[in-house]
Amino acid sequence: MTAPATTVTASPQPGFLRLRSVSLRFALVYGTLFVCSAILFLSFIWWGTEGLLEHRVERAITTDSRTLYNIWAESGPAGLTLVIDDRLEQDVDDNTLYLLINKDQKWVAGNLSEWPRQVTSDHHWFTLPVQRAYTQDMAKVRAYLLPDGYRLLIGRDISGRTLLRKMLTDMLLWACIMITLLAVGGGWLVRRLFRHVIHTISRTTLAITHGDMSRRMPVQGTDDELDEIAITINEMLDRISRLMDGVRQVSNAIAHDLRTPITRARAQLEDAALHATNETELRAAMEQAASNLDNVTSICEALLRIAQIESGARRSAFVLFDLIPALQDVCELYEAVAEEHGLIFVRQLPEHLPFFGDRAMFQQAVANLLDNAVKFSPSNGAVTLSAKVLPAARRSDGSRGALLRLCVADVGIGMNEADMARASERFFRAEQARNTPGSGLGLSLVQAIVQLHEGQLHLSSNNPGLITCIEIPLPEANALLLADSMPNNH
Amino acid sequence: MRILLVEDDQTVRSFIAKGLSESGHLVEQAESGRDGLSLATSENFDIIILDRMLPGGVDGIHILETLRRQGNVTPVLLLSALAEVDEKVAGLKAGGDDYVTKPFSFSELQARLEALVRRNRNEAQPQTRLTVGDLEIDLLSRGVKRAGQKIDLQPREFRLLEFLIRHAGQVVTRTMLLEGVWDYHFDPQTNVIDVHVSRLRQKIDKPFGRPLVHTIRNAGYMLQE
Repeated sequence: MTAPATTVTASPQPGFLRLRSVSLRFALVYGTLFVCSAILFLSFIWWGTEGLLEHRVERAITTDSRTLYNIWAESGPAGLTLVIDDRLEQDVDDNTLYLLINKDQKWVAGNLSEWPRQVTSDHHWFTLPVQRAYTQDMAKVRAYLLPDGYRLLIGRDISGRTLLRKMLTDMLLWACIMITLLAVGGGWLVRRLFRHVIHTISRTTLAITHGDMSRRMPVQGTDDELDEIAITINEMLDRISRLMDGVRQVSNAIAHDLRTPITRARAQLEDAALHATNETELRAAMEQAASNLDNVTSICEALLRIAQIESGARRSAFVLFDLIPALQDVCELYEAVAEEHGLIFVRQLPEHLPFFGDRAMFQQAVANLLDNAVKFSPSNGAVTLSAKVLPAARRSDGSRGALLRLCVADVGIGMNEADMARASERFFRAEQARNTPGSGLGLSLVQAIVQLHEGQLHLSSNNPGLITCIEIPLPEANALLLADSMPNNH
Repeated sequence: MRILLVEDDQTVRSFIAKGLSESGHLVEQAESGRDGLSLATSENFDIIILDRMLPGGVDGIHILETLRRQGNVTPVLLLSALAEVDEKVAGLKAGGDDYVTKPFSFSELQARLEALVRRNRNEAQPQTRLTVGDLEIDLLSRGVKRAGQKIDLQPREFRLLEFLIRHAGQVVTRTMLLEGVWDYHFDPQTNVIDVHVSRLRQKIDKPFGRPLVHTIRNAGYMLQE
């Protein structure tokens, strides 16, 4: 099996030790960390022990010097000589060094034959090799100046300590080897564990890649990180399959809704080719066919536009502008149409309304809503366009801020609850609307535009008729800025 | 008019060439970007119709940029299947004068061609007073008179009439009106333009008997005496 995640291609490779593998990297990191911390720990022990021994030697010498000083003060050189001899005799370990010399540098007492040349100053620590009887050992010494030109050298043989150090070093070396072995073993274990976890994920995802969308990650219910990953992946898979269903639905709809005008065009042309008796009939059939093909083009364009808007690429064109003149513009375009249909057109707009978005696109959204309202209204009805700012309230995402609510209301044929829920689906057309011209893409486009502005589209019943509302969060800090720079009249 | 047509698709090319020849223009054809560029630089044309995507490495935008760099100001109408707004902007930025997306109707193409050529001629002398027959409009005072009688128009109706008069004797399509008068670059589903034109007719044609605004079937409108 492969070690997953880092490799781009998912080809199964039998290598059990690949360098580009996350599990191996984990194992290596674990091993290195383990060895490093062990070495640090052992070094600490080593230095600690070493320091302690050193300290003990120095303490012993200092204590010695103090005692010998007192003896000198009580009984002079003779007393001191006696005590030194006495002490040397009792020293079973044979690691004490004394040397007392007089002002002529002559030996008076002690177990050293002559004053070591390295000891040039008094009251300082020296570590040096000393020659005694048959052996040469390392010693730590300190010289003390006594009255009458006498000098006393006190020292300790530390060759035992050197031995101890060697032993300790050997031990640490062995410990290092053991630790390395443990690290490798532990690393291997960590790697195994890691690969086991990853493989569960990769097996499931591989199955899904091969088309089995029903597979899901097993959730153990232990509420640990693995479960968290499994739940996240499962949620992602749910969303992907929902999207795939959507795409499938849309492509079915496209296939159907494009086929219809193409079929019509084809039928018209074929019919004319077979049955037309004069040029006028032929031309009429061709013109109809051409207009059906234009219909195909406009469906394609609308679909592309929706797709482009949904991809979110157009957010770069967002600017701050006053919504009201933009709305008045669209109103003016549709007011004439409403009048033509014998409808009353009512506008309920504030004087200014700072807005952040894409002006042209927002106008198109409103145009589509008005288009629908006019199309589905009986004559003598009314179409109302209203826009207002809802004061700061808790938004659905939890943040607080003002909301723009723009509604288009008509008193037309309306929609039932079930249709309202599906109204913004691509190509969806309510049963009663089948006979009016249109592609079923108008509200989808509105929905895409509203979503691009991070808003929501709501449909509700006007009894009779339909109210379509757009709710879009408004800019806050920028609003003041715009209000300042905005002209007083428009 | 002498027109250069650079288009690689045989069917579309002969369709355009035939239509333009029938309306009395002289059409030179080129099917590759290379041929198109050498023709455009070596000869003089009144207008160039340029497909954006051409085979052979030299595409429409490249030809356009080369021409503009050489100081050639022949009006260029770009023809393209790339219909997105950003693509249009890119084409116009490169120095194009107008942009028609495929598929298109011949009448739309022809209307736009004529508008372009005329715009090019008119730019020299700015006018403040435009007349067609007994209809005259004053661009400064925004006043409209027909047969000496004053007509009240809404601002938008005035702009619509102004657009029609500026293109008098030419076919003006609904898309051209929507872009030129309302500055909208989308396609409203209902016949909004027809409604506005019919309201304008109520004011400038109906009281005077003889119509000036004519509907051209399958194409658009034309203001003509």
